Amino acid sequence: MGTDLFMLAQAGFPEPMGGATLAHYLLISVLMFAIGLIGFLTRRNLIVMFLCTELMFQAAGIALIAFSRFHLEHSGQTFVIFVLTVAAAEAAMALALVVLLFRKRESLDADEWTEMKG
Amino acid sequence: MTIASDIMGSILHGALGAPGASGAALPAIEAGPWWVSLIPALPLLACILCGVSAAMRIKSKLPAWITVGCLGVSFALTAAMFQQLAGGRSVTIAWEWINVAWTDSGGHERSLIANFGFYVDSLTCLWMLFVTGLATLIALYASEYMSHDVGTGYCRFFAAFGLFVFSMACLVMGDNLILLYLGWEGVGLCSYLLIGYFYKKPSAVAAAKKAFIMNRIGDLGLALGIFLAFVQFGSVEYKVILEAAQPWLAAAQAGHFDEIPATVQLIPILLMIGAFGKSAQLPLYVWLPDAMEGPTPVSALIHAATMVTAGVYLIARTYPLFLVSEYALPIVAWVGALTALVAATIGMAQFDIKRIMAYSTVSQLGYMFAGLGVLTSTGAAFHVFTHAFFKASLFLSCGAVMHGFAGQLDLRKLSGVGFMKGWQFVAIAMLVGCLNLAGFPFTAGYFSKDMILAEAFVTPHMAPIGWILLLTAGLTAYYTFRVFFRVFVGPKYYEPGDEVHAHSDHGHGDHGHGEHGHDAHGHAGDHGHAAGEFHPHAPGWAINFVLLTLTVLSVGAAGLYFLGDHGGWVGKMVHASSANYPPIVDLAAHSGEAADAHAHADHGAHGSFLGMDPHKVMYYVSGIVGFVGIAIAFALHYVGRKTAATANADKLVPLLGPIPKLAQGKWFVDEVYDLLIVKPLHLISIVFAYIDKLLVDGLVNAFGWVPRGVGSGLRPLQSGNLHSYAVQMAGGVAVLLLIVFLASIAGL
Repeated sequence: MGTDLFMLAQAGFPEPMGGATLAHYLLISVLMFAIGLIGFLTRRNLIVMFLCTELMFQAAGIALIAFSRFHLEHSGQTFVIFVLTVAAAEAAMALALVVLLFRKRESLDADEWTEMKG
Repeated sequence: MTIASDIMGSILHGALGAPGASGAALPAIEAGPWWVSLIPALPLLACILCGVSAAMRIKSKLPAWITVGCLGVSFALTAAMFQQLAGGRSVTIAWEWINVAWTDSGGHERSLIANFGFYVDSLTCLWMLFVTGLATLIALYASEYMSHDVGTGYCRFFAAFGLFVFSMACLVMGDNLILLYLGWEGVGLCSYLLIGYFYKKPSAVAAAKKAFIMNRIGDLGLALGIFLAFVQFGSVEYKVILEAAQPWLAAAQAGHFDEIPATVQLIPILLMIGAFGKSAQLPLYVWLPDAMEGPTPVSALIHAATMVTAGVYLIARTYPLFLVSEYALPIVAWVGALTALVAATIGMAQFDIKRIMAYSTVSQLGYMFAGLGVLTSTGAAFHVFTHAFFKASLFLSCGAVMHGFAGQLDLRKLSGVGFMKGWQFVAIAMLVGCLNLAGFPFTAGYFSKDMILAEAFVTPHMAPIGWILLLTAGLTAYYTFRVFFRVFVGPKYYEPGDEVHAHSDHGHGDHGHGEHGHDAHGHAGDHGHAAGEFHPHAPGWAINFVLLTLTVLSVGAAGLYFLGDHGGWVGKMVHASSANYPPIVDLAAHSGEAADAHAHADHGAHGSFLGMDPHKVMYYVSGIVGFVGIAIAFALHYVGRKTAATANADKLVPLLGPIPKLAQGKWFVDEVYDLLIVKPLHLISIVFAYIDKLLVDGLVNAFGWVPRGVGSGLRPLQSGNLHSYAVQMAGGVAVLLLIVFLASIAGL
């Protein structure tokens, strides 16, 4: 199983991509997820935080597609198509919310909002 | 050990049938006519119809007429039942109620049969005649008396009234002890409902509860007595029990009580505890005076004439059981005599005329018990019968006064009522009632009381009871005529009571107590004007008709004495029933010794009254005692009395030291009971309340506190800050990953 991770995932693709294995894709996915998570946790700007969440989203998407290709079946890719659709809708909503929040406080600082304190 | 073996023996008896019992002694039991069941059924119908009228919000006197009609028919049927009876016994079974059979551990076939059956003999007829007759008359009286409540409590009153008569009929006519118990509890319930009729008055509610609870104490004894009777005789039906007691009667007559099993001797002692509760005898009498909080017709019917005589009925019905017990009847006699005396002394010092009548009822009930105790069941039954009429008429007269004077019952605030316009019938009824109660010669009360007195001196060892009763007779005459001389004759004067709203629309802030209350020449007209134009209203036709009827009946009851030689008509009725004394012993089945004993009890050495034959001299003695009592009342409460509030008797009060105060305070029996029983119970209940509050509630609350504490501990986590949520989530994911990682390393 250990060597499977380094098997050619892109057999039949043009040469430049030919050497890429599943591990490469997963590495990219993990890096993107980590960057998104760190950005989400450290930045206070609502728009940047939102972008970070999108980054984590897409990292998950890359991992799904890579696994899908690795196993040679299409459900993972189909799933990602749906995720992208939902993400687009959600992005529109989230940006609209950010605009509204900005109008309320004239600020994009996430720490301005603590009304839900228990 | 002996008791256990007795019980075993008795179970055998019950299973095999009592040996030696034969049906020859008492008349055979026939199947009674079906319409006997209607006698209790009609009052129940009246009760249901009154309930329906209440549901339909009927705002007329309809419930009263329904009740009077049903009770009247019931009375007519009772009279027909009496006609039909002709000295025999009959049982009418309305339906089979309880019928179970089983095999006990010893392998004997046992059964419990208690039908809704009606046992009719002359004792039943005697009781039912005055129960239904008086109930009809008093319902008629109540139709007018309760007229202020038309549309509000009227239906409720008559529904309870009907239910009472139904229960009383079950009690008296039931052919087994279970049905008697049902009726016994039923009358107790109705008594509770009717005492608490004015449920907005705290004192009425308290009195109702007191009556109910005190009766429960007695009922426990009755229930135990019934259980023991079942264990002993294997049945609760009179026909079995009365037969089963026959074999021991002869032994009891001969004084050989050691031949009679202890359980048999215990049954009547338990039964009489029930009788003491219901009939307000010495340890348990305190509920009856308080029961006067109920409407007066209720006091007259339930708490004077009928329900309170249930105890006397119970003893009379099971008289053979009492005769075979060594101590039962002497206890009954002593309790009765002491009750008579104590209640009479309290009655002498009260000012509320209804309370005086209540104490007099307790006292007269004591007389009846003493009568049973001194072996004159005839005298007791006769006294029940005459007392029912004259005490009802006394109560109803007091009620008429109370109704007319807005609830005024204080004899210091009423005077000369008999001379006021429209009150003459009430005064006549009251006078006749008082003469009866005082035992004035040739009144019914005179004959019945006399029979008990004479018999007390005749019965061996009972002379002290005779003396107590004789003293009580004098006290009775005094307190009875104290009421009469204070309220019905003398200068005319009155103050209205505090229920004036019903009679007038004016405000009554001033009842005239301050300015006019003790006005020496308080004149009716003047006073009424000053007190906000209060007009006493004289009773109407219904009250007057009932009072006159009762007066005629209570006078006529004296005539019953002459309808036969041994105690008159009532004597005949009692002799033909199981309550007869000397008991009907089946002589053929027993030895000659028993026959001798019988003869001995019948004609043997009489006790004497100061060396004379009590049967002959008691007429004169009790007549003289009554006269003396009346004369003392005349001297102390009529002669020279110019105001309502004061009389010659007041001068005597300081001479007697603390006695009048004690008697006025009812010998502080209530307070003693309060201290000995109510207060300790109250203390215990406080302790239990704390246990409930701290332990039980504490546990429940502790379970409530757990989630609350956890919540308040975790609450800081919900900071409202987006970043802290994100950190928590990330931390959570990290922890989960760590667990998965460690698990995979460990190879799980």
